[in-house]
Formats: sequence, structure tokens, C-alpha cells
Amino acid sequence: MSSQRAPQPLTAAANPPVQPQASNLLPGDVVRASATKDLPAPERQLTHVAKLVDVSKCIGCKACQTACVEWNDTEPEIESNVGVYENPHDLTPEMFTLMRFSEYQDPDTGDLEWLIRKDGCMHCVDPGCLKACPAPGAIVQYSNGIVDFISDNCIGCGYCVAGCPFDIPRISKTAHVAKKCTLCSDRVAVGQGPACAKACPTQAIVLGTKEDMVTHAEGRIADLKSRGFDNAGLYDPQGVGGTHVMYVLHHADQPELYAGLPADPQISPTVEAWKGPVKTAGLVAAGAAIAGVALHGLLGRANRVSAEDEREAQALVDGDARDDGEDRS
Amino acid sequence: MSADRGLVARGDAIVRQRPVEVSRYRGFTRANHWLTAICAVVLLLSGFAFFHPSLYGLTALFGGGQTARWLHPIVGVVMALSFLGLFVQMWRLNLPRAEDVEWTKRMPDVLKGNEEALPELGKYNAGQKLMFWGMAGTLALLLVSGVLVWEEYFPDLASIPLRRAALVVHAVAAVLMLLLFVLHVYAALWTRGTLRAMTRGTVTGGWAWKHHRRWLRVLAGRDDRR
Repeated sequence: MSSQRAPQPLTAAANPPVQPQASNLLPGDVVRASATKDLPAPERQLTHVAKLVDVSKCIGCKACQTACVEWNDTEPEIESNVGVYENPHDLTPEMFTLMRFSEYQDPDTGDLEWLIRKDGCMHCVDPGCLKACPAPGAIVQYSNGIVDFISDNCIGCGYCVAGCPFDIPRISKTAHVAKKCTLCSDRVAVGQGPACAKACPTQAIVLGTKEDMVTHAEGRIADLKSRGFDNAGLYDPQGVGGTHVMYVLHHADQPELYAGLPADPQISPTVEAWKGPVKTAGLVAAGAAIAGVALHGLLGRANRVSAEDEREAQALVDGDARDDGEDRS
Repeated sequence: MSADRGLVARGDAIVRQRPVEVSRYRGFTRANHWLTAICAVVLLLSGFAFFHPSLYGLTALFGGGQTARWLHPIVGVVMALSFLGLFVQMWRLNLPRAEDVEWTKRMPDVLKGNEEALPELGKYNAGQKLMFWGMAGTLALLLVSGVLVWEEYFPDLASIPLRRAALVVHAVAAVLMLLLFVLHVYAALWTRGTLRAMTRGTVTGGWAWKHHRRWLRVLAGRDDRR
């Protein structure tokens, strides 16, 4: 066995080396972990990777979904056909990526366009799931940008579902843990691109360094613009600090056309308030209340019943017993 | 006793003449109270584990995060039902009365334990009433918001924006209930002779005279202010 660390993947197209290689995604590469404050500084900085999904090149074949199911060994439930192309009908704990099909008629040209977007985790630079998660280390972010769920630490509460600006995580009904695309962190760790990118027949899905992918996207966007898609552009939303899964869109000015892709996704202010001021103020208030009563208990005088009170009560009850004793049962 | 429904509860009675001993809570009510209390402790411990990372260690009391996660909402439903039992028994006695205003205005005397300066009270003072309604209100909020984020059984009940709002409401209401809980426990300890009302079920005549004189007068058949 070779102990040589696998190289960082530069492309999804390359074939894997035949000799075994040690993982190149180590615990020390975690830069952020849920519900964990003082994470040790990472030992090194990995190159930022990104998956680029060129929606204009996608033919909707679902090879990516199949590859995802194969690699992650999931078993999406077989559903019934209700007359739509999405299969399954939504992301599930067993289906980490989903082709979403939207029909769009361009109001200017009258052209009908079939917009097919591969939905799944965007691997945000500022992940809402990680912010919302209460379980230490259940959600981690590596220095190459991958956001991963660590099932051993996950408690299945579903807070990540509320935290995510893209509606991605799903909670398994059987394992009671959150599931989503891992950006094939286990493949990337040994120098391989994600299964979906590997399987894509048109190379609409490609993986590389984030920098390379932005450059690659620019070429694609220039090409689309030359073909009349004036609003072609890159979807790398800055509201979440950018993402490590990016789209090339023909209508980058209207991302909502693509099955409701949010135009300006960001961690909801409600989630920020919940995980920020509410948490801090709550702890302070609880601490102050407990300290307050402890001090009062130690320094203040207890409220005691006096012998005089007992005599008064006795007099009241005795006096009454003579007068109208017949009323009492 | 119907004329006294705002002042005394069913089962309240002078049970011993010499020295005077007054029954304040019958067995059913006490069992009901302690079930609610046990639920509250379990809920506060398991819930605050998820409130702040520094408290996550509390999940160890329940055997880990997964167990705390499924246990918390179930105990929550038990507590809501249990509290409903208390609510039915106590709501009428906790309606505001004229003397509550006077009592509230004399808060310094209340805090000093100077009860001779306060109006004569029925079974509950304004502080106890606020505790009752505060607990009822926060519990209602916690129940509704809790069901909305109950992933295991109601994953599709609330939209994601509603879930987010429910999580904030749940956290804020939980903090408020913790504050009420601390105050409730401390008031029972500070006011000596109170705890036995919820253990043995009775209080001394002197305790009733000092804190709830009108309640004692009614029970003694000595209340002339109807």
C-alpha cells in the first residue's frame, strides 16, 4: 500500500490512478464546524474546488442522478409518474441531486425554452445549514470549500432544513440524520471528481479549482452571448459568500426561471437572529435570573410565618367554630 | 361555595382545628403539578442543550443528542396535556381581581415580605396569577411552534420561512419559561412554609393568615365581604 497522499483533483475527466492512495481530505482541513467555536487553525489551505454546471449544455439525461445513486449507494423510492419529468419529484434523503425541468417562453422571441437545472447542495461559502445546526461537528466545511454532513454527529433535528437558503437538506426517516450532496468529498479526497461530473455525457458538469471554473464559465458565457443570450452569466451568489457549485445560466438576470433558483439567496435574517442575539440574550437572561435569586436567597431575609400569624389564624378559626359551627361539614 | 369560586378551589378546607392546618392542594392536583414539573425539567435540560453549543453536553443526561432530539417533543406533548389539567383546575382562581392592582402597586412591600401593608388576598396573589398565565402563554407558544418544527412526525407541516419563525418563537418562549420557572421555584422556597402545600398538600393556619388571609377567612366561614 502506498501512503502517498492523493493529489487534489483538477478535473473530473481524468481517470483515476490504479495504485491505492491515501485520503487527502483530513480532519485538520476542517475550517468550520457546526456548534463549535474554537476550532484549531487548519494546518494547510487546500485549493478551492468548484463544480460548474453549465445549464445550457445539459440535455436532461439524468446520468448525473444515476451516478449519484450508484456512488452514494442510495435507494430512491420508486414513485408513480404524474406527468412531469422530475424523478423523483423532489430531493429526498436518498436522492442528493435532481434534474428540475422548467418550460419557459421568451416573451420577446416567442421561443420555447426547456430549462433543465441540476439541483443539489450549492456548498455555500457561508452555509446556513452549518449556522443553524445545534450538534457540534455534525456539519463541517473543509478548506477546499466542501460542506459535508458528518452523520455520526448528526441528531436529525432538521434545523439545517430551516437554515439552508436553497431548501436542500432532507432528513432520513430511517437513519434520522440529514442527507445531502457531499460534492463527493470521498472521491475528491482521493483526487477524483464527483460522480455526477464523471458521468455527464456533455460535460455540462465539470469540476476544477474555483478559479479555473470561473474562467471556464467566462468562455461559455461569451459563447452564449454570441448566440444571442445577452443575459447569459455565472450564478455564484454573493449573498452566501459565493458557492462551490456554480451555474452557467442563459438567463442569469432571472435565475427564478430555473425552477425557482433564488435570485439573491442569503441566510435568512430570522435564522441570523435566532442563532445570534436570541442565543446570547437568552443565556445572559437565564444566567442573570439564576444569579439574582441565588444572591437574594443568600443575602435577603426569608419570608417566614411568625408565631403571631399562627395565633391570629387560631383565633380566627376558633372564634368561628363557636358561632356557626353547624355550617361546617 | 359557588359564591366563593373566585377565592377558593374544590378541596380547599380547614382540615385540623388545633393547630390550624389548611388543605391547599388535593392529591390529584399535586400529582398533576409534579408530572408537569418533571416534564418541565426534562424539557428545559434537553431543550437548552440545543439552544447553545456550550450546553450541548446536557444531551449526555439522556444518552446523547439523538435521544434528546426524539424525547424532547414527546415530553413536550405530555407536559402540555398535564398543564391542561392544571389549567382546568386553576384558571378561575387566577382571574384578575380588584385587590391584585393594589397588591401590584405595593411591590416594595411584597419584596420585603411586609404583608401587613398589602390587601387581604384569596388563594392567589397577583404574582402567582401572572406566573400562571405566563406559564400558560409560553407553553401554548412552545407547543404550537414546537409542532411546526417537529421534523420526525410533521416534516411537511410548515413552509421553511414559517419553520424559521417558529424556531425563533420557540427559543424566545423557552427562555421566558425558564425565567418564570426560576422565579416560581425561588418564590416557593423564599416564602417559607409554601413547599408543603405541594408535598403534603397542607399549609399552617399562620401561613394562610399571613399570605392568603381572605382565603382563610372564607374557609373559616368568616368572610363578610361577599
